[in-house]
Amino acid sequence: MTDWLTPQEWQAVALSLRVAVWATLAALPLGLLTAFALARWQFPGKQIVNGLVHLPLILPPVVTGYLLLLTFGTRAPLGSFLAELGIVFAFRWTGAALAAGIMAFPLMVRAMRLSIEAVDPKLEQAAATLGASRTWVFATVTLPLILPGILAGSVLAFAKAMGEFGATITFVSNIPGQTQTLPSAIYAFLQVPGGEGSALRLVLVSVGVAMGALLLSEWLARRVARRVS
Amino acid sequence: MTLQVRLKHQLRGFALDVDFEAPQGLTVLFGRSGSGKTTIINAVAGLMQPDAGRISVDGRVLCDSTQGVRLPPHRRRLGYIFQEARLFPHLTVGQNLLYGQFFALKKRTRLPDVVDMLGIGALLDRRPGALSGGEKQRVAIGRALLAEPEMLLADEPLAALDEARKTEILPYFERLRDEAKLPILYVTHAPAEVARLATTVVVLQNGRVVRQGSAADVLSDPSVTPAGVRGAGAMLEAVVKAHHEDGLTELNAAGIALFLPRVPQGIGDTIRVRIAASEVILSRDRPEGLSALNILPGTVEAIRAGGGPGAIVSLRTPAGRILARVTRRSAQRLGLTQGISCHAVVKTVSIAPQDVGRA
Repeated sequence: MTDWLTPQEWQAVALSLRVAVWATLAALPLGLLTAFALARWQFPGKQIVNGLVHLPLILPPVVTGYLLLLTFGTRAPLGSFLAELGIVFAFRWTGAALAAGIMAFPLMVRAMRLSIEAVDPKLEQAAATLGASRTWVFATVTLPLILPGILAGSVLAFAKAMGEFGATITFVSNIPGQTQTLPSAIYAFLQVPGGEGSALRLVLVSVGVAMGALLLSEWLARRVARRVS
Repeated sequence: MTLQVRLKHQLRGFALDVDFEAPQGLTVLFGRSGSGKTTIINAVAGLMQPDAGRISVDGRVLCDSTQGVRLPPHRRRLGYIFQEARLFPHLTVGQNLLYGQFFALKKRTRLPDVVDMLGIGALLDRRPGALSGGEKQRVAIGRALLAEPEMLLADEPLAALDEARKTEILPYFERLRDEAKLPILYVTHAPAEVARLATTVVVLQNGRVVRQGSAADVLSDPSVTPAGVRGAGAMLEAVVKAHHEDGLTELNAAGIALFLPRVPQGIGDTIRVRIAASEVILSRDRPEGLSALNILPGTVEAIRAGGGPGAIVSLRTPAGRILARVTRRSAQRLGLTQGISCHAVVKTVSIAPQDVGRA
């Protein structure tokens, strides 16, 4: 399978997959919590949280990338503090994952929030009257019912993370083998003469991954929907 | 076991202030929509917190505002049957039934017994989405029973069903009332359900208990029934005497023969029959040459004229009290006053299956 990709191209694909998987996994619990808070809870500053979550969707990605650099760069207070703990984001693949995760976060939260709002609280009440504590109600009623939304949100986030370019290149640059994700590699290949072949192959991979993710999410959603209705 | 409820709660428009007991058997909270019935039942379930009050089952305190006790719903050991069944769509019927039992400490109720009683054996592997309204409600009853409750709550469980489905579900509540050894709190505004099911009736008006008593007692007083004169109707008890070949059942109501369309109860059983006031005709003399089969002699006890052209005449007969809804003009023409003797005429076919139930 690796024959038709050069090592550098393959490296970019593998890195992008790793970045996207980690970005999605790390965003998942936080995204679910945020979606729950926005869908169900009333708290002061709710609109501000809502705005902050959606900000990466509206800001130019380069601005998000630069803000990340200002926050997590090695010379920034938070960045240098984390560096002392051994956690470095700047110019590492972890930084690419952070940038991808933040850019994908609003999409994930939106999909989850919609599915949570669609759950009838009356079903949760019924479960409580039957003896289920809050935790059990969540595990046996709420979670199964919002699973399609969680899956859809995750797939969307994964696809977004695979394709993230602006914030990533601003935050962690474009270092082959370290931070050169698939879109960064396509961009790099297009900048050098004779790179069109490589670029085209990576474009095909991109299209394939995106289509695969979309079909997978549709299939999962249909499967779950069949179980529920 | 007895459920004791005392609570005060400020609702939009009026204040709820009630104090009543629900002993073993079926206690109906009877009142029109907006009288506070659902608020009370939800306070008992723990789904809403009353401003003040105390709710207990045989001394086990569920909620006491002065002691600061408030058990969450999942620790109240109740079975709640909602109007819209509220089955879990992602679970099969079997999994729905066993949901509450998973959390119960003592598992005494057996799934096959409940499945048999409710006749839902063929549904166990199906999902709720594929069930009819009546089937859903039967599963909801089973699910509540299998949660090993110490009391049952039902909030207008038949209101969302059509007449045929109501007739299908009513007998199950009769069985629960007679066989389950626990208090059942049942919310409704339908006099027919009160007549068939209630052992005790608590009548609510604007958040207050205006009457508490037996079903026969409460139903024969049109001033307290929520539907007013329109839904008025008295309830008689009678013994099944014979099933005739022409499809009629003959009853013996304190010596008076009554004929109904065939009822499922056996000979010798005592049954309750609700006779809607609008289906009763009055006659001063014993009518002759009339198609109606049921003629009850009695004495006029009271006449209540409403705001409109109608009046409710309450008649004391050997079989019990009968209510008749007639026009004020007819009452005048017949010269009806208190103490006058009179006959009540009831068409056999005017008595619908849901008006008849086990006593």
